Amino acid sequence: MEKKGLYGLIAEFDTPTDVVNAVHKAYDAGYRKMDAYTPFPIEALNEALHLKRSKVPLIVLIGGIVGALGGYLLQYWASNIAYPMNIGGRPMHTWPMFIVITFECTILVASFSAVLGMLALNGLPQPYHPVFNSPRFELASRTNFFLCIESDDPEFDERKTREFLEQLSPGKVSDVEH
Amino acid sequence: MSDNTEINPDLDTTTRPAPVIMPGHTFKSVTDKIASIALGRRTPMGWIIGFGISFMVFMVMMYTLGYLVMTGVGIWGNNQPVGWAFDIINLVWWIGIGHAGTLISAILLLLRQDWRTSINRFAEAMTLFAVACAGLFPLFHTGRPWLAYWMFPVPNTMGMWPQFRSPLMWDVFAISTYASVSAVFWFIGLIPDFATLRDRAKKHSAKVIYGMLAMGWRGSARHWHNYETAYLILAGLATPLVISVHSVISFDFTVGIIPGWHATIFPPYFVAGAIYAGFAMVLMLAIPIRRWYGLEDFITMRHLKNMSKIMLASGLIVAYGYMMETFTAWYSGNQFEDYMIKNRFKGPYAFWYWTLIACNVIVPQLLWIKRFRNSIASLFTVSVVISIGMWLERFIIIPVSLHRDFLPGSWGMYSPTEWDWSMYIGTIGFFVMLLFLFVRFVPMISIFEMRTILPQAEVKEAQ
Repeated sequence: MEKKGLYGLIAEFDTPTDVVNAVHKAYDAGYRKMDAYTPFPIEALNEALHLKRSKVPLIVLIGGIVGALGGYLLQYWASNIAYPMNIGGRPMHTWPMFIVITFECTILVASFSAVLGMLALNGLPQPYHPVFNSPRFELASRTNFFLCIESDDPEFDERKTREFLEQLSPGKVSDVEH
Repeated sequence: MSDNTEINPDLDTTTRPAPVIMPGHTFKSVTDKIASIALGRRTPMGWIIGFGISFMVFMVMMYTLGYLVMTGVGIWGNNQPVGWAFDIINLVWWIGIGHAGTLISAILLLLRQDWRTSINRFAEAMTLFAVACAGLFPLFHTGRPWLAYWMFPVPNTMGMWPQFRSPLMWDVFAISTYASVSAVFWFIGLIPDFATLRDRAKKHSAKVIYGMLAMGWRGSARHWHNYETAYLILAGLATPLVISVHSVISFDFTVGIIPGWHATIFPPYFVAGAIYAGFAMVLMLAIPIRRWYGLEDFITMRHLKNMSKIMLASGLIVAYGYMMETFTAWYSGNQFEDYMIKNRFKGPYAFWYWTLIACNVIVPQLLWIKRFRNSIASLFTVSVVISIGMWLERFIIIPVSLHRDFLPGSWGMYSPTEWDWSMYIGTIGFFVMLLFLFVRFVPMISIFEMRTILPQAEVKEAQ
């Protein structure tokens, strides 16, 4: 199961502008299997990496619909079928009284879909990732910006890719072992 | 996150007197300043003393709850005709305080108010802790809190289901949804900061604990992309939620026919009151925290002034609510409504009504004056006065409306017992204790969002 060898090559940058430019150049050079690691979200990277639209909104929409239907049907079923209570002969299907809980259920399920959907799409929690093996990577959550080109990219060639990254960020390229 | 190019003009100190972050900070200085508070090896003496005192007050609450469970809700002062008193006053008061946290974290995010960045984390923490305090009151007011799960739609051998047509059930769903959504919203915001703490921690145990909480976050651009989308959507969902929660709480009263409760003004008036009380509490917390931890660079006068302006605006809506209550009572021509308002003005609890008006309507008008907005001491004092005023508002609405209802034969008086007070004061200890734990172990300002508002975070056009 354990993979051996090189996961990829990682280059370090000092500013967000540098990493965005580097990603643009790497994309132009034909690299596709790469990722940038930054201490805060940088919108320009989505474009530079040609990321597709996030699937989170779709998951939230589905969650919201499930929550709304679930909440309403639960109340309908419980107060009309499972435990009907005749209060002064008023109609059983008192839909205005069910709106509040339907709304709360919509928000509840939609919010949890957003959170769990985001974590699932990101593959988190993930106890191990090779990128943590690279030296100085702990700065990716603080001050520095990284670009990692992965070894399973078809264009990847250890020597050529290293030269390519060296020219973008001299002296700050290192191996990422599995 | 919002567009950096829009944020940076605010950092120009020549055009604005108080920036959202003092100039001269770098990614490193922001990270170190905030993270070192949570990771510091030595716990400050002031923290130990403060935590110790709040822990003792929390024990008062635990003792009260123990005695309450052993004896019954009869130890409280509420009885016929005042069946709801401190338990519901404090529920509404605490929930209201919590609302400012969601307002700051969600609504101000959607409105791209970058000044929210340095206060949203602890305001959200405040929300969670306030909701925790709030929840205790109705839970123990049920008398048999071990059967509280009956309020949830759990299939059971008795074949019974909750009465979904009751506003009290709406409350259960609204508050539990609010608590859950606030908790996940807060936690999601913390993940990248937990990763920072994990990478910065020197002690192995801290590395492991923060590492588990960070769940392997590595700052990947692909992750940030989903993360930002999810965070924005959560803000969008939390916004109507927070409005709905206090509206639903007001339905607990408005759906009843008690004079003083049965009014259509209640939902907006309650929501404004919640924001009012909540911002007062945020100011009461932000002022000492920024001083004790030397965070004046991050929580600047601009934050305090902006919050005081929101407080003033929501206070005016609350004042309008009081005026409308009086007007509708008169305009309705209904003798019970008319009596209700006269009883507030001149009845046995009139002193408290006029204290409420002084606290919530008159004193906050000082905030119109720049000198008071610029003075930290006066902002703190006004916030304390508003917190007291908002508590009195709920006192006036709940027991004072109940003690004189339709039939003079069922009139009565209400006064709280020592157990009412010990429970209320105890929850304040619980709240403060949780805040002490929070500031010690969790970054109290969102580090990664602070990085985004630095001028260095701007991506310049590719050459």
